[in-house]
Amino acid sequence: MSAPTSTRTAKSVRRFDGGAVWLVVFAVLIGVAMLAGICLGRLSLAPTGVFDSIMSWARGAPIEALEERIVLLVRAPRVLIAALSGMGLAIAGAALQGLFRNPLVSPDILGITAGAAFGGALAILLGESNTVLIGSAFAFGVVALLLVGLISRVDGRSDTMTVVLAGVVVAAMFTAFVSLIQFVADPDSTLPAIVAWLMGSFASTTWFRVGVAAPPVLIGAAGLMLLRFRVNLLSLGEDEAKSFGIRVQRERWIIFLLVALIAGGVVSVSGIVGWVGLVIPHAARLLVGPDHRILIPASGLLGGAYLVAIDTIARNASAGEIPLGVLTAAVGAPIFAILLRRMYTAEARA
Amino acid sequence: MIGLRGAGVRYDERWIFRYLDFAPGAGRCVAILGPNGRGKTTLIRALLGFLALSEGSRSAPSTVGYVPQATAAIVSYRVRDVVAMGRVAQRGLFATPSRGDREAAAEALARVGLSALGGQRFDVLSGGERQLVLLARALATGADVLILDEPASALDLRNQDRFLSVVEALRADGRHTIVFTTHLPQHACAVADEALMLYGAEDHISGPVGQVLNEENLGRLYGIQVRIVDVEATVGGRMVSGVIPVFGGTAPA
Repeated sequence: MSAPTSTRTAKSVRRFDGGAVWLVVFAVLIGVAMLAGICLGRLSLAPTGVFDSIMSWARGAPIEALEERIVLLVRAPRVLIAALSGMGLAIAGAALQGLFRNPLVSPDILGITAGAAFGGALAILLGESNTVLIGSAFAFGVVALLLVGLISRVDGRSDTMTVVLAGVVVAAMFTAFVSLIQFVADPDSTLPAIVAWLMGSFASTTWFRVGVAAPPVLIGAAGLMLLRFRVNLLSLGEDEAKSFGIRVQRERWIIFLLVALIAGGVVSVSGIVGWVGLVIPHAARLLVGPDHRILIPASGLLGGAYLVAIDTIARNASAGEIPLGVLTAAVGAPIFAILLRRMYTAEARA
Repeated sequence: MIGLRGAGVRYDERWIFRYLDFAPGAGRCVAILGPNGRGKTTLIRALLGFLALSEGSRSAPSTVGYVPQATAAIVSYRVRDVVAMGRVAQRGLFATPSRGDREAAAEALARVGLSALGGQRFDVLSGGERQLVLLARALATGADVLILDEPASALDLRNQDRFLSVVEALRADGRHTIVFTTHLPQHACAVADEALMLYGAEDHISGPVGQVLNEENLGRLYGIQVRIVDVEATVGGRMVSGVIPVFGGTAPA
């Protein structure tokens, strides 16, 4: 082999083998972010105090002191749901970007988020309870996915591009319905509630909500983790995957369904948390490379850490809470722009 | 064994091909030739089962080694993972490359002479190396039938030789039935036993390369004059048939 080839090898091998190291780094990051999220707030606590509270709860002692109540009933569920949401959305985004071989795809693209948003807004408009809100958001997320499936299915199969376009159509439709709901909502009561919910927030997280969101998000994330090499195979494109005997249509919909579980679970408890599923897989891909065996777990850990950190900032940066969706977009968009530029300059120089 | 019987594919009212019987013998290497748009790729896709036949029937083994055109997906995975993919896919939804898959991949890479590139990223390889890696992937599936869609058309002369030498070695080995499409009759002369020539939807001939690849048939196929000359190669001293298209001979009608 000639000299240029061997330097090429060295460089690319190093980048791949760094993958495992990055997993450890991201795991530490998510741990640190969660601890900071529990400690920081209007009443800041020392990590030792937090541990004492958790230990006394683990021993079965009743929750009495203010500090214990803050840690165990307010911040712990909130940090946990932020971590779960970030992890789920980032894993879903990584899987979809691989499946579509398109780095601009995110869970929003299949119309699931828009559908879930409509479901939630409708429940608030009708003055329903939180339980109904969660169920309705989840149900309409799945309805949106089914609609995308029906629209894109021609002659028993659906083309990748048709699925994306059907997703755009369905999202536009549900976004219009959400606007309609906002238009008819009472400007004094339901409208502000809908707007606040749509902007995304973990503010009123309880253990009940964790219990609602955790099963679908965990099932979806675990499914995508198990399928992570399959995503590599499907990312080769339809013909090549088919030549291996893979039933591409069926397996693609299995992945869509897992993504819908995650997105529906997240939106139902915390509203629209945008950008995480788009930006985090990109950042992770730059660090660990494109192989989904590493990319999917790395995205999950990084996404969890990111969303916990963002939520902690949202709570602490100002006297009132900054809506989470605003922060993820404000942070995510510039990061995305920088990543894009870096990627294209690297490509141009290659 | 792979084959088509009385096969036809139609887009709306237009038949791409029809009444086609195609049954390459085991261990044979068959070249499919035809001008642009004559349906070579459609035929390959039908043979692979990617495309439903409008009439006739298809038989095929459960796995077929497929080497797509050079323009297919350029992924950025490791070469050794790319080669192992075809094997892993057969082991179920949750399978990841096992030791056995990695060994088969290494063996297939050695077969195409690219053992040194296993740790490389696929997208930084040259076009010629990529085609060889995809051939290695097809070999690693363990399939007896290899189907190659214009495998060497986009390569320079050196890389054409590299690719065709590997195909020739596989043919000499006799374990694989090889079907490939090409724009270059010279490639058919170099490695194929038989040729299928697509003149029109219902007009096609096939036979041993030495018989059907003659000046008259090739001239009719491409609509330009083609001369075939035998030359002695300076390396190895064997006789080589050179297919020479006479460019500039067709005045606009």
